[in-house]
Amino acid sequence: MHLQLAWRNLWRNTRRTAIILTAIVVGVWAMVFLGALMRGMADGMVRNAIDTLTGHIQIHREGYRSDPVIENRIDDPGRLIPIIENALPPDARWAARVRVNAVANNARHTAGITLVGIDPEAESAVSFIGRPAISQGRYLRPGDDNAVLAGRALVDDFETRLGHKLVLMSQDAQKEVASRAFRITGIFEAELEATEKGFLFVHKSTAQEMLRMGDAVSEIAVMLADRTSVASVADDVRSVLPDAFVVHTWRDLLPAITGYLDIFDGFMYLWRLIIFIAMGFGIVNTLLMAIFERMREFGLLKALGMKPWWIVRSVLTESLLLLVVGLSLGNFFSLLSVWALSKKGIDLSAFSAGTDLAGISRVVYPVLESRDLAAANLVVFALGLLISLYPAAKAARFTPVEAMAHT
Amino acid sequence: MPIVACKNIRKTYRQGDIEVHALRGVDLSVDKGGFIALAGPSGSGKTTLLNIIGGLDACDEGSILLDGDRVDQMTASKLADMRLHKIGFIFQAFNLIPVLSAEENVAYVMLLQGVPARECRERARSILDDVGLADKYGRRPHELSGGQQQRVAVARAIVSNPSIVLADEPTANLDSETGRGLLEMMREMNENKDVTFIFSTHDRMVMEHARRLVRLRDGQIVDDANHPVQ
Repeated sequence: MHLQLAWRNLWRNTRRTAIILTAIVVGVWAMVFLGALMRGMADGMVRNAIDTLTGHIQIHREGYRSDPVIENRIDDPGRLIPIIENALPPDARWAARVRVNAVANNARHTAGITLVGIDPEAESAVSFIGRPAISQGRYLRPGDDNAVLAGRALVDDFETRLGHKLVLMSQDAQKEVASRAFRITGIFEAELEATEKGFLFVHKSTAQEMLRMGDAVSEIAVMLADRTSVASVADDVRSVLPDAFVVHTWRDLLPAITGYLDIFDGFMYLWRLIIFIAMGFGIVNTLLMAIFERMREFGLLKALGMKPWWIVRSVLTESLLLLVVGLSLGNFFSLLSVWALSKKGIDLSAFSAGTDLAGISRVVYPVLESRDLAAANLVVFALGLLISLYPAAKAARFTPVEAMAHT
Repeated sequence: MPIVACKNIRKTYRQGDIEVHALRGVDLSVDKGGFIALAGPSGSGKTTLLNIIGGLDACDEGSILLDGDRVDQMTASKLADMRLHKIGFIFQAFNLIPVLSAEENVAYVMLLQGVPARECRERARSILDDVGLADKYGRRPHELSGGQQQRVAVARAIVSNPSIVLADEPTANLDSETGRGLLEMMREMNENKDVTFIFSTHDRMVMEHARRLVRLRDGQIVDDANHPVQ
C-alpha cells in the first residue's frame, strides 16, 4: 500500500506532476540524445581521421614521425611484411604506402601536397580512397602508370578537370629533384575539404620509380576489425619487429583528437550535471510544494504512529516514482530520436566550413554508448533521490502538533 | 491500576514575549474502560492535556503513565511506537488520508504495525461493518459525509485494539443528529469492547454521554465528577 499511496499522492495535482515530469523527460532526453549526437560527432572525427590514411596502427622506420622525409623509409618491406602479418589477427587488413611531401602544379596554380603511392586493392581496405570516394572518373587500375587521383577541392582550386595534366615534384632517394607529369583519371570527394586539397594518389610502383626508391615504402598502415583491440595488437606487432622500426596506434598519431576524446568524457559529465541542476531545482520545488500542502496529513500520520524515518521513506518513494516515470519516458524518447536519425543522420553541410575546421563529418550520426545511457540515468536517479532528502527531511522534522497546526 | 495517571502536569507556551500557562499542575487518573469527557471553554487546556497524554506534545513538568509506561520520558521513536500500538486518535478534522479509501484508511495503521495485508483487509472490513459503513469500503473521504468520515476515523482508532482512544472534539464539525449517532456508536464500542475513551469537548451532548466529566478552566481541573449514564 506504501507504493500505492505514493503513486496516488503523486497524481493529486496532475498539472504540477505533469510539469515536473516534462522537465525530467526533457532533461533526460537532452542528456541521452544530445549526448549521443556529441558522441556521434566525436566518433565521426575519429573515423574520419582514421580513414584519412591513418588506420588503426602504423609502422614506420625510426625517426619518420619526427622527420617524414624519404631518407626515413622502410627499405625492405618484403622481409618485414610476413613478420607483421603473423602478429596481426586474421581479419586485419594492411597496406604499404609511399608518402612524401611534394609540389603539384599546372599552368595556373601551384600547391604543396602530400603525394601518396598506393596499392589500389590493398588501400581500399584501410582508407577512404578505395571506397566509393571517386565522384568523377575512375579509381586506379593496373598499368595506370601516369594516373593520379585528385580531390574535388584541389581540382577546383587548380581550375582543371578530369583528363588534364598535373606535374608533381618531390625530392627522390638520391636527394635529387624528381618531377613527373600525371593525368587526372579520377576525382575523389572526402568528408573534409582539407583532405581533398591535401592528397594526391598514384600507383605505389609509379611513386617508387619516380622517387628512385626501389621497393621501399614510407609506412605500413593496418586496419583492424575492432577498434578496441588496437593497443594489444600494437603490442603484439611491436614485440616481433626489429628495433629500427616503431609502431604507433591512431591515438599516438592523432594527439589532438586523443586529447579531445580525453576531455570529452569529463565534458559529458559536466553537461549532465548542468542539466541536472536545472532539473533538480524543479524536483525540489515540486516536492516542497507538495509537502507543505500536506503538512497536516504528515501530522496525522505522525499522530497515528508513523516514525520520522517512515515519513522520509514515503516522500522518497514519491520522488522515486517520479524519477522512474520521468526516466522511462525520457529514455523512450531519446531512443526514438536516436533510432530516427540513425539512418540519415543530421546534415551539417550548411556549416561545412566550421565542421571542416573541427574535423567533424558533414553528416553526424548519433552514437549511443551503453555507458553514456547508464551515466545519464544514474546521474538523474541518484542525484534526484539525494536532493529529495531535503524536502523529505523537512516533512519528517515537524512534531505532530506543529504539523497539524500548519495552515 | 489506572490506564492513565497524570501527576502535576504543567505546560507553558510562549507567544513572543507572552507566556501562556496552558496547564497548571493537573492531576488526572483514568481507569480502564472509562468514557470520560474533558470539558471547558476554549483555552482551558483540554486539547493540550489530551495531546500530552497521547505523546503528541511534551509537558514541562510532571509525569504521565500510560498503560504502565512513562510517556514523559520516552524518545520520539518510542512515542511513535506507543501511539501506533496503544493509542487510537480521533481528531476534529483532517482525520483521513484523502487519497486512500475508507477501507485503506482503516487498514493503513495495521499495515504500519506489520499486520499482513490480507488480515488488514479483513479486519478493516469487519470494523467498518461494525460502524455501519458496510457499503462504503471503497469510498474516498471526499465521497463520504462528515459523519461517515468520523465513523471511519473511529473504526481506524479502534481497529488495532488500542489501550485507549483519545478524541479531540470529535463532534465539533457534525450536526447534532450525526454527532449523537457517533457518540452512541462509541459508547457501544466502549461497553462491548471495553475500549477506554477520553474526549476533549465543549459540546453539551458529549458531556451528557460521558460517564465521567472533568471540567478544566485556565489550565486547572475545577470539577471532576462521575456522570449518570443516559
